[in-house]
Amino acid sequence: MAKVTIDGTEVEVPNGASVLQACEAAGKEIPRFCYHERLSVAGNCRMCLVEVEKAPKPVASCAYPVADGMKVFTDSAMVRNARRNVMEFLLINHPLDCPICDQGGECDLQDQATAYGGQGGRYREEKRAVKDKYMGPLVKTIMTRCIQCTRCVRFATEVAGVPELGATGRGENMQIGTYVEKALTTELSGNLIDICPVGALTSRPYAFVARPWELRKTESIDVLDAVGAAIRIDTRGPEVVRILPRVNEDVNEEWMADRGRFSFDGFRRKRLDRPWVRQDGKLRQASWEEAFAVITERMQGIPGNRVGAVAGDLVDAESAFALRELMVGLGSANLDCRQDGAAIDASRRDYYLFNSGIAGIEEADALLIIGSNPRKEAPVLNARIRKRWAAGALKVGFIGPAGLDLTYHTEQLGEGPGAISTLLEGGNAFAEVLKGAKRPMVILGRGAVARPDGAAVLAAAWELARSVGALTPDWHGFNMLHLFGGQVGALDAGFVPGPNGLDLAGMLAGGVDALWLLGADGFDAGLIPEGAFVVYQGHHGDRAAARADVILPGAAYPEKEGTYVNTEGRVQHGRLALYPPGEAKEDWRIIRAAGAALGVDLQFNTLDALRARLAAANPAFRLVDGRVAGGCADTTGPQASGVSLGQQPFTLPITDYWRADVISRASDVMAECSRIYNDPTPRLAAE
Amino acid sequence: MSAQQDVNHHEEPASFAFDPESEAQIEKILKRYPAGKEASAVIPLLYVVQKQMGRATGSAWVPRVAMDVVATRLHMAPIRVYEVATFYFMFNTKPIGRFHLQVCGTTPCWLRGSDEVLRACKDAGALKGYGDTSEDGLFTLSEVECLGGCVNAPVLAVDDDYYEDLDYESTVKLIESLKRGERPKPGSAKGRLCSAPEGGPEVLLDIPLKDPAIVVGRKGE
Repeated sequence: MAKVTIDGTEVEVPNGASVLQACEAAGKEIPRFCYHERLSVAGNCRMCLVEVEKAPKPVASCAYPVADGMKVFTDSAMVRNARRNVMEFLLINHPLDCPICDQGGECDLQDQATAYGGQGGRYREEKRAVKDKYMGPLVKTIMTRCIQCTRCVRFATEVAGVPELGATGRGENMQIGTYVEKALTTELSGNLIDICPVGALTSRPYAFVARPWELRKTESIDVLDAVGAAIRIDTRGPEVVRILPRVNEDVNEEWMADRGRFSFDGFRRKRLDRPWVRQDGKLRQASWEEAFAVITERMQGIPGNRVGAVAGDLVDAESAFALRELMVGLGSANLDCRQDGAAIDASRRDYYLFNSGIAGIEEADALLIIGSNPRKEAPVLNARIRKRWAAGALKVGFIGPAGLDLTYHTEQLGEGPGAISTLLEGGNAFAEVLKGAKRPMVILGRGAVARPDGAAVLAAAWELARSVGALTPDWHGFNMLHLFGGQVGALDAGFVPGPNGLDLAGMLAGGVDALWLLGADGFDAGLIPEGAFVVYQGHHGDRAAARADVILPGAAYPEKEGTYVNTEGRVQHGRLALYPPGEAKEDWRIIRAAGAALGVDLQFNTLDALRARLAAANPAFRLVDGRVAGGCADTTGPQASGVSLGQQPFTLPITDYWRADVISRASDVMAECSRIYNDPTPRLAAE
Repeated sequence: MSAQQDVNHHEEPASFAFDPESEAQIEKILKRYPAGKEASAVIPLLYVVQKQMGRATGSAWVPRVAMDVVATRLHMAPIRVYEVATFYFMFNTKPIGRFHLQVCGTTPCWLRGSDEVLRACKDAGALKGYGDTSEDGLFTLSEVECLGGCVNAPVLAVDDDYYEDLDYESTVKLIESLKRGERPKPGSAKGRLCSAPEGGPEVLLDIPLKDPAIVVGRKGE
């Protein structure tokens, strides 16, 4: 530790910390553009200059290490003068287009020019103009505004792992871009917009939409992937205009995946905004009373064990639990939330959680990925793996389709479950890597168990984790990576077949006469037996709604208070940012009303009462925003129940990252991304 | 406002591959760097590319496809090679003429008459100005910063050769002979030995050395 005096305040910071970090520890604000605490230090903007005693010149605090006894001044005449002059230089080539700039009002340059800048510029010569670059369908560029801090270059190279951005040319002619005019091949490109301190990189879908002070900001949780990133939903009137990440060190740091960020126009399209009932084979609009009347009439006489319910991938835990209560009340145990048919053993929570935790990835020293492409399934989590890999001494083994680029080096161990057996038998050198590691991690993709031999894959993966010493009292190295934000919550809410209950396959095989689909669009609705009465409760008119006999319009995730559990088992609350459109209602209310119509006495009238019942049913819901970290006390594995490992190579569940759920399938922006990124021929100069 | 040049407005070759001569050089170059640090060889390899293009097409430049080839060879991301190649003006990222006339315009050369050298280049080479390539494809004119030959200013570098102590007439003469396909001997146009005074050394004559060339730092030519 080094003792440093900042403006007379003494602070202790670790050796090797920068002066800037010491200043922050002392509560002093240091202006900066190029410095970003999650990126390498560039030291090229010179805005963070401070005065250090005995140093002849101002020093760039971001790149200057502390020394014991150092005296730093952050508000001396020298510092103020230096900042004013640096700002004058930065503004020489920066256009004065704040009134038409989307960054206006939340621009670092604007703010710092006000706080630290001078009265005016003395530059009278020609300004530089830079041709705008094409960086893909999500990032809009106005490169004349660029101050060449190279944050975007470092983000793409270090965090996103796609070294495609660079600074070409020199001096006056230096330009930031890809040089070859192509879309950045990353699922994290939206973060470029956040880290850009000026208006050079802005959001294309948000271009000229709103000013930051017009927006109502609601803190919520992203549910479009299972990471459960902390987000802020910005709304204006009845519309979501953008979604931004918030900082949550344990989950997403400050990054966010593109699908969650840019698919918000999907909230406006293809919405179910009023009830529909099927009459003479055709759907027609109806009132809520009519819809419930039809449901009561059609469900009358169907015995409880001939009724089934399926929960979708984006449902909140409350509505899944409410629907489960309704089904139990009707006498049905036919429940399933595993639309993909994943052979998940829900008998113990750590059989289906990402037990090491997302932050726990940074402690791992060997990693095996089975049947998952984390880059597409959980881009932010993948960035965490890359961060750990870049820190050094992490070997990553991969079992699954060959030729994937996960942004870090992987050792391809095989394409099918056979490779797990080989590792179990020690027939591969990577088995020794796992065994020799102190904290080995096994990541099992949800897609790897969504196959006929899924139960055996699950058991084998657990057994492998156990045999390499990944399951110890202080480290749990078995991890399942889920795909969507509602999947774990529904499992935690107990939305799986009860005693003698049918799973989804059983229900589709003709086990039920009435089927309640809660946002369930993840399976082929054409497989539902003819003649079965189908209620679809959800927010988008996607695949399953067309098959329904009654459609009950529900709320998408920004339109309701809901509990979501991320892949590591972290219970988080999403908040209502806007009201559901038209006559749509929050889902738990719909189920409560349906219970009343069907004569089932559901024991809750408020969300609080429902949450209390949920917490009573599964104590995991009591701990909000946190997770119980810890080891594996009982290493007994899930049972393969007579299934043995097959030979089929693993296939990946997400084939089109941009259109993986109902919201992104309704989004025009995502459709454009899908078209561009799935186009095999590289696209040249769009604008 | 002055708009920056678009980087990609010329014809790019469809492909690039190193020829045997380049391969032999690359083998030598790569031996200088430890395994895993191949990226250090990016500048030498870009020179190899530029030389090969000069041999093969008569225009010594570095096409983008060649940068990609260098990136693959050195296990680098292509953008890292683009950054290096565009940073150094010694790498021509656009096709140039057969002879690259590089006029030094820095203060010592300018004081000693680089404007005259420039005028001679324009007149004799039929060039409009800096950045221009003559219509016959023989010459490209560039302004360069200090070439380090200030003692013999003004200096004109033709590709890798320095022609020194130039004035209007000697520059025209030089360019005319280049047009004829000759390569005059590089060095001072006034016949100075390196940077020794005209007519030979004038001081330190009492140092008992047999070979006066040693006094000026270079023994022989």
